[in-house]
Amino acid sequence: MFGELSHLALQQYWWIIVSLLGALLVFLMFVQGGQTLIYTIGKTNVERTMIVNTLGRKWEFTFTTLVTFGGAFFASFPLFYSTSFGGAYWVWMIILFAFVIQAIAYEFRTRPNNVFGARTYETFLLINGLLGTVLIGTAVATFFTGSAFSVNDMNQSQWALKSHGLEAALNFHNLSLGLAVFFLARVLGALYFMNSIKHEGIFQRAKKQLVINGVPFLVFFLTFVIWLFVRDGFAVNPDTQAVYMEPFKYFNNLMAMPVVLVMFLLGVLGVLLGLGASILREECTKGIWAAGAGTVLTVLSLLLVAGFNNTSFYPSTHDLQSSLTIQNASSSHFTLTAMSYASLMVPFVFAYIWYVWKAMNNKPIDEDEMNSEDIHVY
Amino acid sequence: MLENIDLSLVNWSRAQFALTAMFHWLFVPLTLGLSFIIAFMETIYVKTGDPEWKRITKFWMKLFGINFAIGVATGIILEFEFGTNWSNYSWFVGDIFGAPLAIEGIMAFFMESTFIAVMFFGWNKVSKRFHLTATWLTAVGANLSALWILVANAWMQRPVGMKFNPETARNEMDNFWDVFLSPTAVTKFLHTTTSGYVLAAIFVVGISSWFLLKKRHVLFAKRSIVIAAIFGLVASVMLVATGDGSARDVAKTQPMKFAAMESLYEGQRQAPLIAIGMFGKEHDDPMNRDSDQEFLMKIEIPNMLSYLAFLEVDAFVPGIKDLVLGNEEHNIMSYKEKIRRGYEAQQTLRAFKDAKGVDDVEYERLRAKFDDKEWVDNYFRYFGYGNYYDPDPEQLELNAFKIVPPISLSFYAFHIMVILGGHFMLLFMVLLWLIYRRKLQSNKVVLYTALWTIPLAYIASQAGWIVAEVGRQPWVIQDLMPTMTAVSKIDTSSVMITFWLFAITFVGLAIAEVKIMVKQIKNGPKEGGHK
Repeated sequence: MFGELSHLALQQYWWIIVSLLGALLVFLMFVQGGQTLIYTIGKTNVERTMIVNTLGRKWEFTFTTLVTFGGAFFASFPLFYSTSFGGAYWVWMIILFAFVIQAIAYEFRTRPNNVFGARTYETFLLINGLLGTVLIGTAVATFFTGSAFSVNDMNQSQWALKSHGLEAALNFHNLSLGLAVFFLARVLGALYFMNSIKHEGIFQRAKKQLVINGVPFLVFFLTFVIWLFVRDGFAVNPDTQAVYMEPFKYFNNLMAMPVVLVMFLLGVLGVLLGLGASILREECTKGIWAAGAGTVLTVLSLLLVAGFNNTSFYPSTHDLQSSLTIQNASSSHFTLTAMSYASLMVPFVFAYIWYVWKAMNNKPIDEDEMNSEDIHVY
Repeated sequence: MLENIDLSLVNWSRAQFALTAMFHWLFVPLTLGLSFIIAFMETIYVKTGDPEWKRITKFWMKLFGINFAIGVATGIILEFEFGTNWSNYSWFVGDIFGAPLAIEGIMAFFMESTFIAVMFFGWNKVSKRFHLTATWLTAVGANLSALWILVANAWMQRPVGMKFNPETARNEMDNFWDVFLSPTAVTKFLHTTTSGYVLAAIFVVGISSWFLLKKRHVLFAKRSIVIAAIFGLVASVMLVATGDGSARDVAKTQPMKFAAMESLYEGQRQAPLIAIGMFGKEHDDPMNRDSDQEFLMKIEIPNMLSYLAFLEVDAFVPGIKDLVLGNEEHNIMSYKEKIRRGYEAQQTLRAFKDAKGVDDVEYERLRAKFDDKEWVDNYFRYFGYGNYYDPDPEQLELNAFKIVPPISLSFYAFHIMVILGGHFMLLFMVLLWLIYRRKLQSNKVVLYTALWTIPLAYIASQAGWIVAEVGRQPWVIQDLMPTMTAVSKIDTSSVMITFWLFAITFVGLAIAEVKIMVKQIKNGPKEGGHK
């Protein structure tokens, strides 16, 4: 089945899968956003316990999606993995540390004898929420703005700057996406609390946070998107594979791919709908679904804009011809085919996640559940 | 050649990877085995309806959760590090190595993380049977995670199912099943996971023995010991069998590792197995042409090594010197010759690249070499040796001895692992015998032994990985890529900083984990839980 597809078709298929994983990751970063709101929304110990526990039942999805996103990227576009991870060392290392400290924080936070105290573990969650979102957003923005690296004829890569990736955070266009992701994660976090916790105080305070974080989100998101659509992009000549700069490249890509354009518009609309309805309507608890679906569609469309329509998805500003495209950075036809068969499991994975999520979130968390003897509480 | 390598960068990168991998491996084996032990316990609870079994299940589940979190936290580091610190590696073999990692994420991690949530939070939310299914699926998911990464590791020890593509300058997979079902992958998976089962069983019997010594929760402790000891004994038998298979596989595919594990300098027929041994002061490590095997003391089992490796007491087991210097009688090519051939393969690739767009005829001629099976089998298969080339014959010989792994470390790690493995099997048998005779509670010596075997299980487990990874040095991909050429081109200082950051973080996490764990254990099953 997959073996008969052309190499390019398989590369496109895998770029869609990687983009979808990236899009789901951004949605699931509601966990990170929520972690930065523990003290803002939770005013008492019980409230904070409810917040931590409702996030604590989902953090592993985000974490696993990140790991799978990394694994899928490695497997399908290994040249990106070797070039970016081995070059932008510090950005990836800081992201890594931010996730390492998250993974133990939930389990250790309220355990007796945990050495560092609950506040330390809550600080870990805060650091994860802050750095994880801002730096992942910043790193993804380099897909459009470029990085300083070169790749030799043996496909060995070298970073041109001593700052090894930290320079990405000094570029305001990159940072605007980082901050947009950060505030979006907080918005999604607040929407998730409104949906999953049955508590009036938390509901109202979460609602207030929608405005406080929704406005900067929109400002940074629009800054990023408008800037993106007016800037020159890294185009690839399909015949010679030469990379060159093309004015309005990303805007042109969107126009050239109507399906992606529709996805982008629907996505933005979904986020606005989820946000607006939750702010304006009295008892709206379903905003997370519209905003979540909107986030997935928006991020997916932006990543497709980065990689499709003869575009370099990981461009080099140092040596234009070293730029990575889905064609020159990908795995072989055989490997992509083998993995494509493995990808047939994805719908099945979605199905059981959905089923379990429904079973577990059937009833929102409340104070009674936190005091139950018969349940694992963080 | 070698002088172009920044060895401090290589060593710090290796140190960082060793640190993170070994720290990760402190937690993984317990997850692998305890998940099944819990599943057995919960199955009995669901079958019998006896609330004591639920209490037992939940106690071990709590410890499982604490351990699991830190295993997850450290697992992501390895995935990142393949790219951050081993950039050339991740390109050179990413086409093969990446696929198992991706499949691992799709197939195993989601299963694990989805059902673990049901296991911990679902007691009141889903039916008993659904909960039990989730517990089993968590165990399956955890073990599937191990499967894929071990397939990837086995491929590094025995690269199969691929072909080198000179255009992309990397190895590309051409047979998924050869990679997945390579005998090395199968034995590695079975040996490694069963070692996890044994470690988890020791963990459970050790802690339960402590409860018996303290005369607390006696029923809970006895039941836990029965489950864990049976599971541990079955796993130990499998561990020995797969260890045996693994050793034979190493003897065949990585003869240098095998020779280093036994510190066999000169090859011989009817080679004896050293059961216990200690090196003398004169022992050379690294060695040279004049080095002699030097033991302070050793106890040997005659003919056993030949039998272990080739199932024939008369079989010739090549020693380190045979492998480095060559042995015509036994048709062993010297490392010097392999270095020359590897160098020629590397030069062919260089010439191929240089001819691109300059000389089409030469380009096609060189391209064809990489498709020529005979040339690939005689030259390309030694590609990695080429990095040790030197035009000066004396230096070439010195370089050839650099392709010998650290002997003492490989030897001691292997012997510690094997001796402790025997001890574990014996312990499970004694425990089960005493339980059957209803004499366990009064036998303090055995109970204390069980308790103090817990750290030994961790030592054996770490030793196993030291044998596997140190014993195959200097290769990151056997014969194709030396570790020193796999590193990312970053500043040594950056790696030093991240090394220390990891070290400090790990010490902090380990202290917290152990203190939390000890507190939960002391609280016991009834009072266990939150403040």
